[in-house]
Amino acid sequence: MTRKERIQMMTDIMASFIGYTAVHLPDDVISKLRELRDSEEDPAALSIYDMMFENMRLASELGRPSCQDTGFVQLRIECGSRFPLIDELEEILRCAVITATNNTPLRPNVVETFDEINTGNNTGTGAPSISWKIVPGWDGCGIYTYLAGGGCSLPGHAAVLMPGEGYKGVVRFVLDRIAEYGTNACPPLYVGVGIANSVDTAAMLSKEALFRPLGSHSPNEKAAEMERMLEDAINTMGIGPQGMGGKASVLGVSIQHAARHTATLGVGVSFGCWTHRRGHIVFERDLSFVTETHPGFTFVQ
Amino acid sequence: MTETINGKTILSTPFTEEDILALRAGDVIYINGDIVTGRDDVHIRVIAENMDLPAVINDKALMHAGPIVKCSEESGFEVIAIGPTTSMRMEKFEYDFIKKTGVRFIIGKGGMGERTAEACREFGAVHCVLPAGNAVVTALCAEEITGVEWLDLGMAEALWNIRVKGLGPLIVTIDSGGRNLFAERKKEIARRKEEQIEEIGKKLESIL
Repeated sequence: MTRKERIQMMTDIMASFIGYTAVHLPDDVISKLRELRDSEEDPAALSIYDMMFENMRLASELGRPSCQDTGFVQLRIECGSRFPLIDELEEILRCAVITATNNTPLRPNVVETFDEINTGNNTGTGAPSISWKIVPGWDGCGIYTYLAGGGCSLPGHAAVLMPGEGYKGVVRFVLDRIAEYGTNACPPLYVGVGIANSVDTAAMLSKEALFRPLGSHSPNEKAAEMERMLEDAINTMGIGPQGMGGKASVLGVSIQHAARHTATLGVGVSFGCWTHRRGHIVFERDLSFVTETHPGFTFVQ
Repeated sequence: MTETINGKTILSTPFTEEDILALRAGDVIYINGDIVTGRDDVHIRVIAENMDLPAVINDKALMHAGPIVKCSEESGFEVIAIGPTTSMRMEKFEYDFIKKTGVRFIIGKGGMGERTAEACREFGAVHCVLPAGNAVVTALCAEEITGVEWLDLGMAEALWNIRVKGLGPLIVTIDSGGRNLFAERKKEIARRKEEQIEEIGKKLESIL
């Protein structure tokens, strides 16, 4: 394959994968929803879970996006420094979003700030959003995809607390936000919390937390303990599916953390809705790939 | 018109005042007939910019929604996916919107605030929740797109006129008496939240 052909191939795979994630939820989200439905007893909540499963079935069968809000495309790249297409990667991803918008189709959601004009193809200044991590020496490339819906992006929040407020202050910050906005953001929610130095790093980590598989826990034992406490607490608050009440209010809680200035306690919180459309694809240098979030995904040229 | 078929309460457009006033918070219903989509930009135009809504909706349903619509030469407009969007974003405008357009039936996601509840009480309107994220199930209730206005706002923000059959389940969250189910729920959620913060605060002391 020529370089040009390889660029086209990666663009087509990414367009197809992004479209696939709009139609099919990742396996861990489906398993979690099944688990929540099986432990639910409230008849109204049960009928909402049944509607969700009927929708997932129809979306797959008809090949249509499972939610009309196909979101703002957010991408997190973990790229090997020796990946052959590293220089073209951003352009590949931008073109993939345009193709996915036309082919799936995705709803055109992106509006240029100040111009207030919908670009019609889900790209624009800084859209899709792309964050990078370079993996020295590797020749492959991993890409996390996320279709960030408006409804669950709306309650996102970050602030720098006084250290004296402590971890209890972090808990209050997260739970206040959920109590105020959680019912509107399509629960059961995936709650991502970032604890770091300043608003930017805390907010970034809170979104990164949403890329973690459901059921995973922080390798830090204290953070993992706090994840469990927050999960129990939010479930006890009784928000339930669609905010109408029920046993479970969250799919999970993930905390990502970093070291801080001794004088700051930065905290960010991001939310994923029940239809948490994240994907993860890992390419080898020859563009063969693995999609552990969506084992059913295949690419036919 | 309101009828009960196989245990389901079904309201059909044109809605009458009696249809709406009979609904109570917590009722689960379905609708047949004409709905019009309208979200942020439609509310901004009608209220903040004082433009006239290019549709008569006093006997139809307003749905806070932005569908995915496919357009082809052979079949025209087709609803691919549709579902409700966060109603609370329209709270700032909804009292005036209800007053100006006379709409009595609003469909959305999540609750709405006190001003909307006040309008529901004053002008005899209701707000209902449709379980969101179920855009294919809901799209299959759409029989036909009968028209579109303000397409310059983009696909999500345009005002789509859609004829639906069996759209639901719709859970009444604010009734014409002004009872607001979500406002009641949020008070209880806030109470439990305070208990949880105290409880976790104690536990954290032992691990940190």
